[in-house]
Amino acid sequence: MNATWSRFNVTSIVLGFAFLYLPIVLLIVFSFNESKLVTVWGGFSTKWYVSLFHNQGLMDATWVTARVGVISATVATVLGTLAALTLTRYTRFRGRVLFSGMVFAPLVMPEVITGLSLLLLFVAVGLDRGFFTVTLAHITLTMCFVAVVVQSRLVSFDRSLEEAAMDLGATPAKTFFQITLPVILPAIVSGWMLAFTLSLDDLVIASFTSGPGATTLPMKIYSQVRLGVTPEINAACTILIAVVAVGVIIASIANKRREVQRQLDEQAAQRG
Amino acid sequence: MSNIAVTDAAAPSTAAKPFLNRLGAGFVNRLVIIVPYLWLLFFFLIPFVIVFKISLSQTAIAMPPYTPVLDFSDGVSGFFAGFRNLNFDNYVWLTQDALYFKAYVTSVIIAAISTVLTLIVGYPIAYGMSRAPATIRPTLLMLVILPFWTSFLIRVYAWIGILKPEGLLNQLLLSLHIINQPLVILNTYTAIFIGIVYSYLPFMVLPLYSSLEKMDYSLIEAAKDLGCPPTSAFWKITFPLSLPGVIAGCLLVFIPAVGEFVIPDLLGGSSTLMIGKTLWNEFFANRDWPVSSAVAVILLLLLTVPIMLFQQAQARAQEQGK
Repeated sequence: MNATWSRFNVTSIVLGFAFLYLPIVLLIVFSFNESKLVTVWGGFSTKWYVSLFHNQGLMDATWVTARVGVISATVATVLGTLAALTLTRYTRFRGRVLFSGMVFAPLVMPEVITGLSLLLLFVAVGLDRGFFTVTLAHITLTMCFVAVVVQSRLVSFDRSLEEAAMDLGATPAKTFFQITLPVILPAIVSGWMLAFTLSLDDLVIASFTSGPGATTLPMKIYSQVRLGVTPEINAACTILIAVVAVGVIIASIANKRREVQRQLDEQAAQRG
Repeated sequence: MSNIAVTDAAAPSTAAKPFLNRLGAGFVNRLVIIVPYLWLLFFFLIPFVIVFKISLSQTAIAMPPYTPVLDFSDGVSGFFAGFRNLNFDNYVWLTQDALYFKAYVTSVIIAAISTVLTLIVGYPIAYGMSRAPATIRPTLLMLVILPFWTSFLIRVYAWIGILKPEGLLNQLLLSLHIINQPLVILNTYTAIFIGIVYSYLPFMVLPLYSSLEKMDYSLIEAAKDLGCPPTSAFWKITFPLSLPGVIAGCLLVFIPAVGEFVIPDLLGGSSTLMIGKTLWNEFFANRDWPVSSAVAVILLLLLTVPIMLFQQAQARAQEQGK
């Protein structure tokens, strides 16, 4: 393999990653800029972070976003896991084509369409726009992403494990909670995190479905970005990136540890 | 939901189980399907019906700002009488105002060009990754996915500081004496292309990588041994074998890019025209809900074929995964 890992391949990877990461790195660097001009370096300073914490509007928006994210990601994970089970386990039921269409279409549906259609639904059923409607909208969008993530794990799942448990007298419920769930848990966890970050990130759908008092952080950032680039927004973005990066790193370390443990268990079982 | 009849292929040897247990399993099986099914039906499919309904309405100064259409406020007979009063004025309006037609065409062209550009940028990255030593591949994969976890809005915002006339790119090029005048990139279509390629690159690289990684590399070596030059080996073997990844990646970029709002709004400025932005302005600035609904309906029709292709590709990938 190493012979084919040619200079061309290395170059294209290095350039590709530079393209992906340089803008984010620059954004973080300039959040520590003393000068108010975002693109002229005026010395190191953390004053924008200090002023950030005195910006009540931004703090309120952060709190709203965090609550919407946690609630919607949790519900979406349950629904998405059920949808994934449906897609992989029940290959024949009437309306299956429609069902898989409804799971896959939201992944690529332009957000303006999803946002507008959900808003019109909420108006039609007489729901007041606000925290609750944004949460419902985010559940709908993110459960499909969870379904795809969990489904990819379920497809490679060895069904004979479940059959063995059932043959040994475990009830279907016990089999699910003791065999199936632990095996697909890493996928469920990463599904939850994906749902949470998607919710944290969403501007368009939140703008359509949110109401007074439920301004989310992306909506706040967007309204300020329209007025111009400021170091304070850079600081807010940096914190957001840091939170997500720490979460992803912790999750991947935990995953790795679980994987290692699993391999040790398997080896022990084979020896035993 | 009588139309969801569960043919329970999943539970083996249920006949041997006690009756109550079987009843419980059947009920749970139905619940597993019905809950997400109903949720998506109510929050994804029905809203489209409502969008279509509102698109036949007229604006009104009220809350909600449109005239009622096909509702039951006049009883069932009023509902059917409503069919006679349906009007397609909003759709006629869309065809008469050249702005909308231009916005649709521009959006499709921009999305198509951006998709090709993303493919050109993404293919070498995916190829390089798939040829990397197996030990560092997971790390590379993680590095491609990581930007996807950071906010889309933030990543687009980061480019404003780079592309604007006094921005970092122009500062760099001016100090290197490559240019004498700052380049005007922000608020042009070029900026939109850069924004789309940048934001959607992981969506292109991941499916490409997964189909390239599965490829049997000995095919290339065999071709080489038989005297086939590398370029034609690429076009005759590698590229055709990666075609499923190419198709999936292109659809994942093209479909959302057509209706993209954030990128044309923040990087394209007021001089560029895209349909997602038009819909947004119709809704938020003009508060014309019926016209924005009509814009959405046409956009959805425009995307029906690509979305169905995407769904088929997904279903096929799922079958192969088994």
